[in-house]
Amino acid sequence: MANSKADIEVKKYTDHHVITQPNPLRKVLRRVADDDVDDPVARAEKALSDLSGEFSQWMDIEVGRLAAAHAAIIKDGFTKTTRDELFRAAHDIKGDAATFGHPHAGTVAESLCRIIEHAPDLARVPADLIGHHINAIQAIVHEHTKLDTISMSNELSRRLRSVADDYLARVNHDRPEHLEAVMSPSLAPAD
Amino acid sequence: MYRIDFNKLRFLICDDNPHMRRILRTLLHSFGAREAYEAEDGATALEMYTHYVPDIVITDWAMPIFDGLELAQMIRQPESKGNPYAPIIMLTGHSEKRRVTVARDAGVTEFLAKPISAKGLYQRILNVVANPRPFIKTKTYFGPDRRRNTNGAYIGPERRVGGEFEVLQQPSLLDKARSGV
Repeated sequence: MANSKADIEVKKYTDHHVITQPNPLRKVLRRVADDDVDDPVARAEKALSDLSGEFSQWMDIEVGRLAAAHAAIIKDGFTKTTRDELFRAAHDIKGDAATFGHPHAGTVAESLCRIIEHAPDLARVPADLIGHHINAIQAIVHEHTKLDTISMSNELSRRLRSVADDYLARVNHDRPEHLEAVMSPSLAPAD
Repeated sequence: MYRIDFNKLRFLICDDNPHMRRILRTLLHSFGAREAYEAEDGATALEMYTHYVPDIVITDWAMPIFDGLELAQMIRQPESKGNPYAPIIMLTGHSEKRRVTVARDAGVTEFLAKPISAKGLYQRILNVVANPRPFIKTKTYFGPDRRRNTNGAYIGPERRVGGEFEVLQQPSLLDKARSGV
């Protein structure tokens, strides 16, 4: 639904152009009565709920991928490939875990992502610090039905984040741009 | 009150994670969309963008080959033969202020921090459909107008000169990322 070039108006100023055009998507907007009962968001939430039966299996796959990435690092050390795969696996869990019903696993994964992003030298990060993050994510997901999930997972994620933040603050004391990122609050809404 | 006829929209989803693609597809189909093409990396997405000419792009940030940020930069080429104006919604686990700013400066139209919600996605789509912003071209930027506030007294870096400031009453990317909706 792109406009033709003839529809595009360009106003030229000293150091910039302002480009306007008729809204190419205006035809998909439809006026409905204020009491219209159709609710596309509710429909989508219902569909997501129907899909949720698969979330547990999906979460297992994500955790398995993270464990494999960690095993590759134990075997080969940090290379660009192993580092990137560990980051992507942790980053996916950070983004997906809350949707899949494991918000605290997402919190731990976020902490791990911060270590990977902001540690000046990954080879010098204590192996236990990374290992504990991996183990915690596995425990939160796999022991989901056995643990006192809310309190234990919450405490685990909180403590790990605290230890990781202390470490990152210490090793970035002379790297202000990283220190600022480490100390800044996340924009993601709290669960 | 307005609704979107999703069945008239063509989407391109770009995410390397098959589970997130499935969730996105489910949400879009529930909204009423029929056409949602999927790519698992930025390079494939760029090919599909050229081939299918989607109305809206929804992309992850962290992906192999080239990422969502690079995809946005490649779409926002003013001289390209394709459509450089399509709305780009960045759906990502990145949630730091610095990331939102970088995405904005790459020409991303809307930013949505994971975890995903049906409401958040719907509102981003509604915003790009109902409230498109003019595009700005400078020496270093081509993309939707980054100004979303009414501060005409701004004199800081990258202050545009030579024209009256335009006022767009919209919440900033940052505020919307914070609100989670």
